[in-house]
Amino acid sequence: MIEIQHINKSFEDRQILNDVSVVFEEGKTNLVIGGSGSGKTVMMKCMVSLYTVDSGKILYDGRDFTLSTEDEKRDIRKDFGMVFQGGALFDSQTVAENVAFPLEMFANMTLAERNERVDFCLNRVNLTAAHDLYPSQISGGMKKRVAIARAIALNPRYLFCDEPNSGLDPYTSIVIDNLIQEITEEFNITTIINTHDMNSVLEIGQKIIYLNKGQKWWEGDKHSILETDNEEVNNFVYASELFKRIRKASR
Amino acid sequence: MSLFHTLGHYFLFIAQVFSKPQQWKRFWRQFIFEVNSLGINSLPIVGIISMFVGAALTIQTAFNIDSPFIPLYAVGLATRDSIILEFSPTIISLILAGKVGSSIASELGTMRVTEQIDALEIMGVNSSSFLVLPKIIAALFINPFLVIISMAIGMAGGWFFGLLAGVITTTEFVYGVKYAFQPFYITYALLKTVVFAFLITSISAYFGYYTAGGALEVGASSTKAVVYSSIFLLLTNFLLTQMLLS
Ligand SMILES: Nc1ncnc2c1ncn2[C@@H]1O[C@H](COP(=O)(O)OP(=O)(O)O)[C@@H](O)[C@H]1O
Ligand SMILES: [Mg+2]
Repeated sequence: MIEIQHINKSFEDRQILNDVSVVFEEGKTNLVIGGSGSGKTVMMKCMVSLYTVDSGKILYDGRDFTLSTEDEKRDIRKDFGMVFQGGALFDSQTVAENVAFPLEMFANMTLAERNERVDFCLNRVNLTAAHDLYPSQISGGMKKRVAIARAIALNPRYLFCDEPNSGLDPYTSIVIDNLIQEITEEFNITTIINTHDMNSVLEIGQKIIYLNKGQKWWEGDKHSILETDNEEVNNFVYASELFKRIRKASR
Repeated sequence: MSLFHTLGHYFLFIAQVFSKPQQWKRFWRQFIFEVNSLGINSLPIVGIISMFVGAALTIQTAFNIDSPFIPLYAVGLATRDSIILEFSPTIISLILAGKVGSSIASELGTMRVTEQIDALEIMGVNSSSFLVLPKIIAALFINPFLVIISMAIGMAGGWFFGLLAGVITTTEFVYGVKYAFQPFYITYALLKTVVFAFLITSISAYFGYYTAGGALEVGASSTKAVVYSSIFLLLTNFLLTQMLLS
């Protein structure tokens, strides 16, 4: 479980996050949704302390991350897995080496065990064939999947995914969404997913936070989001023609 | 940002870089890789430049000495001292500042703007130490060898082209090169080289590591890395020459 309490963050004079408090639950896919520029990425980076918050608390199963020293942070971070918006793969290493990297750094494994784990993770994201390719040789969607494989290599307790399926085709998106939900439930991970994709919302929105202009505007799940009378949320949900028609048909 | 602020930030960065590697095996592997990429790969350019500068030094000195009172072996002597004291340690380091400095800064800058450094941090890796320490240690280790090789090639070039141009004879040149030789000069040159190696790698790494923005900023960092490491290298050269030779 991750709890953020009253976090504020500004860059220079611009307030980006405004008094946000959320409880992200264990074993669930927690979605943070909102339009582009609403502060999703900044919030995620604050949570993992790539940005320091101006005020507020971030608790990892009770451990206060904001008060931790650099060494303590590194320790807690060994329980993190993160999928960056752009993948952030190490481009001097092959796909397999990317996935093996956290294992090599932090796991006490023989070479055989490590290779087995790499194969397992790559298989999980359906990328066994890309084993020896470099990031520059694979497509955007494949990069995202490698990033997921790398993020889950060490069995994280906390998984952060920043727009894991932006730029993917609808089919692959759903595969990725389901994959994330599966491992979340299987390993009881606290998973946080930034997205603005309504398909993901309806597919895996076990808990949903709607961010608007850096504030928590609404909170619910994939069922309540279709019925809410919050106007902002409705504008977001029913932005596309498809969803408008579905709403019309269902009434 | 003020100069003092930047300097303080730089020293904090260095303190972070010099923390114990989290994974020694990985560190040594990276060290070997950097020795190769920063050192061995620089051999051709070091060799070519040393050869021609040695040649030019010899021929120029020979042409400038047309007084009958100065013996011809002075050409060998002057070439030797210029190469050992200044050319090899300082000019070769300056060239490395350009070559190695820009490559370090652009590599780290690219890793920064594509969030690879963030990815390392998130995994619990001390990214500055992980990425930068092997480069610094590798340069401290390999640059003295490059400079010794440069000295040898420089003098050989001086002899060969001097002979070809007909301005020296082998006997006189070799006599001059050996004449009143002070081993301390070599120690001094290598000491300078090690200091310069540290400056080049750490300053370039600093500018690369703290790149913010995109591809454009990576280019800017790379330029800054070369400019600042060259300036500090020359400044330090001046101070060390004052301190050690006077
Ligand atoms: N490093 C930064 N410096 C200054 N402003 C930033 C920085 N990162 C993000 N912002 C601003 O914060 C706001 C929220 O950005 P972000 O969290 O990336 O949005 P999104 O919800 O699309 O992920 C944007 O207005 C952006 O311009
Ligand atoms: Mg974003």
